[in-house]
Amino acid sequence: MLERLGHEVEFPFAQTCCGQMHFNTGYQREAIPLVRRFVEVFEPYEVVVSPSASCVGMVRELYPMAAGLAGDEGLRERVEALAPRVFELSEFLVRRLGVEDVGAYYPHRVTYHPTCHSLRMLKVGDAPLRLLRNVRGIDLVELPEAEECCGFGGTFAVKNADTSAAMLSDKCHNILSTGAEICTMVDNSCLMHIGGGLRRGRAGVETVHLAQILASTEERG
Amino acid sequence: MTLKARRPDAFSPGRTPPFEETAKESLADAQLRRNLGKATQTIRRKRAAAVGEMPDWEALREAGRALKTRVMRHLDEYLLRLEESVTRAGGTVHWTRDAGEANEIVAGIVKGHGAREVVKVKSIATDEIKLNEHLEREGIKVHETDLAELIIQLAGEESSHILVPAIHKNRAEIRELFLRKLGVEGLSDDPADLTEAARLYLRERFLSAKVGISGANFAVAETGTVCVVESEGNGRMCTTLPEVLVTLMGIEKVIPSWRDFEVFMQLLPRSSTAERMNPYTSFWTGVSEGDGPQEFHLVLLDNGRTNVLEDERGRQALNCIRCSACLNVCPVYERTGGHAYNSVYPGPIGAILTPQLVGIGRDPGPDSLPWASSLCGACYEVCPVKINIPEVLIHLRGKVTRHKQDRGGLSAKLNPENAAMRAMARVFSDPRLYELAQKAARVGQWPLARGGSIRHLPGRLAGWTEVRDLKPVPRQTFREWWRESRGEG
Amino acid sequence: MATAKETILRRIRRATRDVPEGERPEDVPVERGYLLRDEGTREEIVARFAENVAEYRATVRRVAGDELRSAIREALERRGVRRLVVPEDLPEDWVPEGVEALRDGPGSRLTNEELDASDGVLTGCSLGIAQTGTIVLDAGPGQGRRALTLLPDYHLCVVREEQVVGLVPEAFARLEATVREKGRAITFVSGPSATSDIELNRVEGVHGPRTLEVLVVRGRPPAGTG
Repeated sequence: MLERLGHEVEFPFAQTCCGQMHFNTGYQREAIPLVRRFVEVFEPYEVVVSPSASCVGMVRELYPMAAGLAGDEGLRERVEALAPRVFELSEFLVRRLGVEDVGAYYPHRVTYHPTCHSLRMLKVGDAPLRLLRNVRGIDLVELPEAEECCGFGGTFAVKNADTSAAMLSDKCHNILSTGAEICTMVDNSCLMHIGGGLRRGRAGVETVHLAQILASTEERG
Repeated sequence: MTLKARRPDAFSPGRTPPFEETAKESLADAQLRRNLGKATQTIRRKRAAAVGEMPDWEALREAGRALKTRVMRHLDEYLLRLEESVTRAGGTVHWTRDAGEANEIVAGIVKGHGAREVVKVKSIATDEIKLNEHLEREGIKVHETDLAELIIQLAGEESSHILVPAIHKNRAEIRELFLRKLGVEGLSDDPADLTEAARLYLRERFLSAKVGISGANFAVAETGTVCVVESEGNGRMCTTLPEVLVTLMGIEKVIPSWRDFEVFMQLLPRSSTAERMNPYTSFWTGVSEGDGPQEFHLVLLDNGRTNVLEDERGRQALNCIRCSACLNVCPVYERTGGHAYNSVYPGPIGAILTPQLVGIGRDPGPDSLPWASSLCGACYEVCPVKINIPEVLIHLRGKVTRHKQDRGGLSAKLNPENAAMRAMARVFSDPRLYELAQKAARVGQWPLARGGSIRHLPGRLAGWTEVRDLKPVPRQTFREWWRESRGEG
Repeated sequence: MATAKETILRRIRRATRDVPEGERPEDVPVERGYLLRDEGTREEIVARFAENVAEYRATVRRVAGDELRSAIREALERRGVRRLVVPEDLPEDWVPEGVEALRDGPGSRLTNEELDASDGVLTGCSLGIAQTGTIVLDAGPGQGRRALTLLPDYHLCVVREEQVVGLVPEAFARLEATVREKGRAITFVSGPSATSDIELNRVEGVHGPRTLEVLVVRGRPPAGTG
């Protein structure tokens, strides 16, 4: 999709994980090498685009804290230089490139779940919805209580599995009430979480990442 | 809902259970879930409307944050100023290091006046130090006068919300309680009737009490003015009618000057009860001749607050003005209720305040609280003094984990989570190992995956697959697809 | 042994050692970027005050100065008030004929029981705040001590239009001298007493007056200060 819009895209194979899971679970010293690796791998690029809002949030909001914990002033400076160039996909398209129509075609009934980190940490606002509204063939329906957390929260879903399950069940209920066949969002982790809940309930609703919808064309579904 | 016996909380001696353990109980309580869901959804909508009509809300929040930051950085100076101005206005100031000292001083004042009963207006600081229990042990009867506090006291339960301590109880449960405990007859479950019953019961106590006890929402260093924000009029009763007034306040409640009320008295009512202004706010400056109590004691309480102050990042938890907006928007609180937190400070703010007040590594209950959050960020968004609760939660998770790793010895090292996390960190540090791990997972998952889904995970991860399937690692990862389609790598 | 005060101050100083030595409290910036004044016209501000007071389920009536006495009489009649508590310095002719005035002042204090047994209280006020529909009592002229407006079940309050300010910051600015110089207690009253403690359902009337009635007077009343 990005290449369709005329951008040169590279996927550095040296990348692994941004370290969010470790950092947010409390294993923060263990996350520091991952922070260093991320900075090293992505520093040379003009713009870094990620299909996961919470990973972007980690880089922008928490990398400075991690650098502080490492007591490494140099790392902090590098983090501060890199962080503003790291974007979540929808905000990159709408805010940075000013593109709202990517020429996608997706003939399905779709509802959009604004994930917590995209909404409250990155403040992507309605960028994903602007993109979706311009997708041809789409039947976009509003999700009730959309801004409520799905209950994923990283290891929260395992450590506080019961509370997480209670939140997930309300989210699934709201998704089902829309009659949508597809629920889309901009975070892989929430996608896996909500998708897991819907599949377990044999709900007949799929979770699909926004990027997959935007990448779909009449030729390539 | 069944009546729960009082159990120790984070501020009583002994071990408190971790959040995830207590939450299980609350989550299974259908009545509680319904009561809470209804109440929090109502107040959330109202708060949004009350805040929505303020064009300068963000500027007020910023001013509130800045004022509190100023106070915390110079707390010693502000407390000295407060002591001086209260004393000048005819009051007496007492400094107390901990709960024991505070309880002794308050009991001493009450007994010094030969009082056997006191009327009390809702104060979380007094719940924190277990003042009621202490006074009862000293033979002093305490009458909680806030409607919700009265309900809790009669039921022998603990508060489950900062502002609406009985939020977990519905009208039918309260009616049943009043019939049993207040000796009234022919009572309906209409909230107006229930309120009338409490009014009649408490009026006699107000008229006869010699000593009143209150907390404080704010105290002004510059003028010595103390402020109590309330709705029912019980606060006015307790701070006006008795001859003697004792106010207990945490040292973090001081604000610099009278003028600063213009910020906090706009932020607090709209955030807490979602009103433009709460029905009653009392401001008193020491003793006024011929008007109200002629003896006034201000008891300043540390009890762990200076521990919180010590942590530069965690310190912002002391900025809290106890509005409870963070509880009302929290998806975790909405489902577990306040009791799951085992603390007089429940909800998101409790999750950052309790462990810091108690001290990290002392009790598994408070230590578990920083994880009682999905980090969704709704609390930060509504906080009227911009406490970055998610940031402090993450910070405290790190502190607790490091404490365990560094002081826990061998058992901490062998802890499966610790071992897994450290192993994963090694794998993630090396892209070759990372890709190998993806391949290994694809192989390793085959006994678990059925029809494109993993339905049962082993061990500690089983919590996930209780209600969710897990999508297995796909036959082709993104990396493999990219390599194949671009011929790279 | 150190006193509690010394210990706490020492703990605070140790905990805030990150604060630079020379920093004074005033050096920590506080930007007051919020609204300080209501730029509306007088009529807009008074109308907003009346509207917001009424939203709390208080009764509000706007009257001309020469209608005040009859408005008071009508209100008390409607309520059936016979024994009315008034602060000693309230204009005498505000109390209608046929109503017994229970006057309270420094020389002649009513007991709490007498206040409790009365039918209501009539007072003036110090300020009104339009933005929040708040009446401010500061024990100044025509208001009496705090218990007067607390124990009776009915409070009739007279607010002169020129006493109404627009925004909350304007009110605190006006009250500053009362607090600083006289140290008098101040009470903000926004509607009748209320609770939302049962299922967050608002119920008017708990311990304070269950009925609040406000007369907003245009121009100066013919006699007295109010």
